[in-house]
Amino acid sequence: MFKNLRITCDEATMICDKSQYGASTLLNRLKLNIHFIGCKKCILYTKQNVKLTDLYKGYSHSCKGEKHTLSSEDKEALKKTFKLKS
Amino acid sequence: MAEEKLLLNVDKWIDNYADYMYNYAIVRVNDSDLAKDLVQDTFFAGLKSAKNFQGKSTERTWLISILKRKIIDHYRKINSKKGQAEVRMNFYDDGENEGNWLEERVPQSWENQLEKSVENDELKKQLSSCIEALPEKYAMVFRMKTIQEFETEEICKELDITSSNLWVIIHRARTQLRKCMEDNWFNN
Repeated sequence: MFKNLRITCDEATMICDKSQYGASTLLNRLKLNIHFIGCKKCILYTKQNVKLTDLYKGYSHSCKGEKHTLSSEDKEALKKTFKLKS
Repeated sequence: MAEEKLLLNVDKWIDNYADYMYNYAIVRVNDSDLAKDLVQDTFFAGLKSAKNFQGKSTERTWLISILKRKIIDHYRKINSKKGQAEVRMNFYDDGENEGNWLEERVPQSWENQLEKSVENDELKKQLSSCIEALPEKYAMVFRMKTIQEFETEEICKELDITSSNLWVIIHRARTQLRKCMEDNWFNN
């Protein structure tokens, strides 16, 4: 039974990554915590991963509100090409 | 044909929808020139298949459905591209160490973490350049999931990928990004 709960560092970090989006299952989080008992590297990865989430969240806030529009020159060029085709 | 075209106000497409479509494209592909090309291709494709427009949806919805197809085509193209930015392995992929950290990729302690986490333009630039260093398809999926905060199902539908495919990409992207931030920001 316990053999089924053992995971590799690759699997552990995958669970950790999914957790950052609230997408890991309870069983997987249990496996991750068991993995932590013998793996300081993945504990550190997890701490840094949480930090990374914070940083990208801040970055996301500054990007998400941005409205991207075409310049009037771009639109004119598009109209010209479009006219040729239609 | 003339009657069919009346359902669509082709002459007004650029004024009415170009900005909306450009914005739609750029938040997904994050490349201004590519987004412009996709919008242009969408208008041409729309013009070509104008006879298929039955007026069941709005013009904009119809054009967006064409643009979505163009974005999937682009994703497939970058997905199959050989020799794109190198995908660095982080774990042994066979042998008795399979799944364990590769020695040179083991996470290292970050120096001055608090000090270096203050939001500023430099930090933003570094976060952005680490995403840009990812293979294009990883960057695209990571941005859609983490920066634009789209739902997993939505991304899978838009890019025609499975959710397990998406999580593998996210996992690889994040392990790369962690290392990139370690080397270029925290321990630089």
